[in-house]
Amino acid sequence: MTILDILSGTLLLAGCALGVIGAIGLIRFPDFYTRMHAAGVTDTLCAGLFLGGLAIQFGMTLASAKLLLIFLFMLFTCPTSSHALAKAARHGGLKPWTKAGSDGLDAMGHEGAKSR
Amino acid sequence: MIAAAALAILVAMSLAIVRALLGPTIYDRILAINLFGTKTVMLITLIAAMAGRADYLDIALVYAMINFIGMIAVLKFFEYGSLGHAGSDGQED
Repeated sequence: MTILDILSGTLLLAGCALGVIGAIGLIRFPDFYTRMHAAGVTDTLCAGLFLGGLAIQFGMTLASAKLLLIFLFMLFTCPTSSHALAKAARHGGLKPWTKAGSDGLDAMGHEGAKSR
Repeated sequence: MIAAAALAILVAMSLAIVRALLGPTIYDRILAINLFGTKTVMLITLIAAMAGRADYLDIALVYAMINFIGMIAVLKFFEYGSLGHAGSDGQED
């Protein structure tokens, strides 16, 4: 296990830990916007750590350049799609969840929702 | 090491599917599928590393692009009710 293997292993594991944490956040958070925060934040960083770890495995070859391209592409498009999703949700009338103001309206603002 | 990473990615994907099934609103489902697509790109790069064939990475890159374009198309459909009419170069809103 050379130093590079150890380094790539830690990067891979850190990326995977972030991925699972983001997915758990996606499940446990109470509201769409908080879930989006969990998924959006960890997405890009998990991709970065992951692709960095793999690039070390591949060494200085064309494959590492491709991995860098994938990472750059995701670096620009993940936040953009998250923004588009938040804008669509906001225009769709989805109100952010407030702990104090759980006034019986569900996420889409309809009456008679159980307030958690 | 790579198998452990693949297992973690599969766990994250299954949690995303659970959120896609549970999601009360449409946007939760779109968000879950978006996360699922991103994890698929990770999985394809992992398979490239496992198989030792660097040309699988092109597939991962194309998948990332398609995931993004599909996401924007679905959102445009949900926000404006339609994907725009053929031949209308934007006169009516």
